[in-house]
Amino acid sequence: MTTIAANPADLHDHDHAHDDHKPAFFQRWFMSTNHKDIGTLYLIFAIVAGIIGGAISGLMRMELAEPGVQYLQGWATMMQGSEATLDQAYHMWNVLITAHGLIMVFFMVMPAMVGGFGNWFVPIMIGAPDMAFPRMNNISFWLLIPAFLLLLGSTFVPGGSGLGAGTGWTVYAPLSTSGSVGPAVDLAILSLHLAGASSILGAINFITTIFNMRAPGMTLNKMPLFVWSMLVTAFLLLLSLPVLAAAITMLLTDRNFGSAFFNAAGGGDPVLYQHLFWFFGHPEVYIMILPGFGIISHIIATFSKKPVFGYLGMAYAMVAIGVVGFVVWAHHMFTVGLSVNMKMYFTAATMVIAVPTGIKIFSWIATMWGGSLSFKTPMVWALGFIFMFTVGGVTGVVLANGGVDDNLHDTYYVVAHFHYVLSLGAVFSIFAGFYYWFPKMSGRHYSEALGHLHFWVFFVGVNVLFFPMHFLGRQGMPRRYPDYPEAYAYWNEIASLGYAIMAAGMLIFFINIAYALVAGRRAEGNYWGEGATTLEWTLSSPPPFHQFETLPVIK
Amino acid sequence: MSAATISPEIARRNRRAGVIALCLALGMLGLGYAAVPLYRIFCEATGFGGTTMKVSEAAADRVAVTDKSIVVRFDSNVSSALPWRFKPENPTEKITIGARDMAAFTATNLSSKPVTGTATFNVTPTQAGRYFAKVQCFCFTEQTLEPGQTVRMPVIYYVDPAILTDPDTKDIEEITLSYTFYPLDRANKGS
Repeated sequence: MTTIAANPADLHDHDHAHDDHKPAFFQRWFMSTNHKDIGTLYLIFAIVAGIIGGAISGLMRMELAEPGVQYLQGWATMMQGSEATLDQAYHMWNVLITAHGLIMVFFMVMPAMVGGFGNWFVPIMIGAPDMAFPRMNNISFWLLIPAFLLLLGSTFVPGGSGLGAGTGWTVYAPLSTSGSVGPAVDLAILSLHLAGASSILGAINFITTIFNMRAPGMTLNKMPLFVWSMLVTAFLLLLSLPVLAAAITMLLTDRNFGSAFFNAAGGGDPVLYQHLFWFFGHPEVYIMILPGFGIISHIIATFSKKPVFGYLGMAYAMVAIGVVGFVVWAHHMFTVGLSVNMKMYFTAATMVIAVPTGIKIFSWIATMWGGSLSFKTPMVWALGFIFMFTVGGVTGVVLANGGVDDNLHDTYYVVAHFHYVLSLGAVFSIFAGFYYWFPKMSGRHYSEALGHLHFWVFFVGVNVLFFPMHFLGRQGMPRRYPDYPEAYAYWNEIASLGYAIMAAGMLIFFINIAYALVAGRRAEGNYWGEGATTLEWTLSSPPPFHQFETLPVIK
Repeated sequence: MSAATISPEIARRNRRAGVIALCLALGMLGLGYAAVPLYRIFCEATGFGGTTMKVSEAAADRVAVTDKSIVVRFDSNVSSALPWRFKPENPTEKITIGARDMAAFTATNLSSKPVTGTATFNVTPTQAGRYFAKVQCFCFTEQTLEPGQTVRMPVIYYVDPAILTDPDTKDIEEITLSYTFYPLDRANKGS
């Protein structure tokens, strides 16, 4: 990472003199072309979607707290307004897991990381006045709203055995084609189309901004690591999402227009859908975690008061993860009947990803080594991230083995694995970034004590919630079922208890935000001090409505 | 305001970069669709997913007959959209590896209209696909059946002796050949 020796006064005093008048409320928030305002909208959207997606997982943990079907039938009855059958109750379960997955992936993590932090800080960190295409940026955000409404709306229309789309977030054929009669799955597919279009436009915007809008002297190899992570993420989005769009369009025509892309009784092949889906789906998991890698690098460097260890290695490790991420997709499909040789290739290629990931983990540790550490709220979240992500990475290497996966495929071990890398990895990095930049974005300090309390309660909660799932998976408990034999009751009850602890942690988070906005101390420009060296720290908190009227020069 | 600070030169470069990126995205969309025929070609070339091989008479004549035998089972399915009955004459046959054999299926049109159907096929275990060679098959062409008509449809095939030397397939004792007939108006829309 580069150290910028710019004098803050030179940069924004000029802005304050004129041009800092903000548009009126409706124009500012509904017709916004300002990257910071759009970033704020994305973050608010992600928080709302996160509450909904998190509440759905609460319903799931409630049902799973003990064996038997306790609540599903009641919820299904409530949704459809008439007495629900057991089949409709089971369908309700499928709708819950589908909604939880799609909301958390497309409407919480991606908007927070890419739309929120990306929009806010990529232009500032490269010394640009705004994104390359500010109006397209606005379209990207407002496409997400109808996408989300379509997905939520799909739960009120028939989707097969009951109301809503019950296909899982993977939307596998034939369940999603001949297995789900009714408009719900069509609405969910259209929702994915819109969310995908939003992300593709956003990716085009980021790539153009990062390539063309850098301040004089900001070469690619001096760019802050968060910008590097967003560049790689934008390329992954650009190359993988169109393939998903193609696959789900084929689903749509298979469903409605008599084509048979994925129907064997018509010359098609359902396994082809899985190949297309995971060609998108695997890069997608890196899309969710790479921006987090960027955020964590900044935080570790800031609170160690040292530049990040091995800057170039860190940047190119992300590029390597992005490239190799495109050629490992079939490790999600080890049980579809791949030959031994293909399994060997996909096992080996998958394990190769552990190398650049290991470079990142070790470089973070090396950054801290001999540093002047201060354990502020963002730092404890970043350390939590490194720990949790490593646990998830290790179980990932276990699952990468084609032979082992035959046994663990679609068990709770897999659920534990991807929640450790996403729900604990990606989400911890989002919280770390939020605490790191919240005073910068809002101009207000939150309570350090509440931030730490949030961390500890949340940390204990998610570990109690997800660690027992490893045991359940090794004992053979399958994913995606609302019921289980008595033998799995013990760890399931503990997992549900963990959910309650985590939910209490979230309550502390919202109290902290409310406190900061109402009574928070005003934040100065660089409130983290000498460790914070990127360009956003040369601006006031919050930054002026338009920054860098005169472009900063990076030496 | 953003327009005010971006020079025309930067705006031009932005447009160019944006268009290149958009073309990349559209190219990937095209590749997504191209995956459908590419996947079929890949399966035909490698026998992936139990896709059987199509060979000429001349190639079949060059195959050496062995003294080993293998059981072949026949499985027949009909799409719900096709009003046909479709059955193998013998559910299993024991054949000599390398020797040509003929299996026969019968199909009856149960409807009162002429119907054209075509069949998709593969073998299980899927690794055996590349060693299951068809010289002649009704599934290579379209079949039109008049109302009530019954036809006998032959498949001439052999199992390549190389199956005995491939470590992935040498333990196979039984191969199941499966057909699914579907109406032609659904064909060619998928892979």
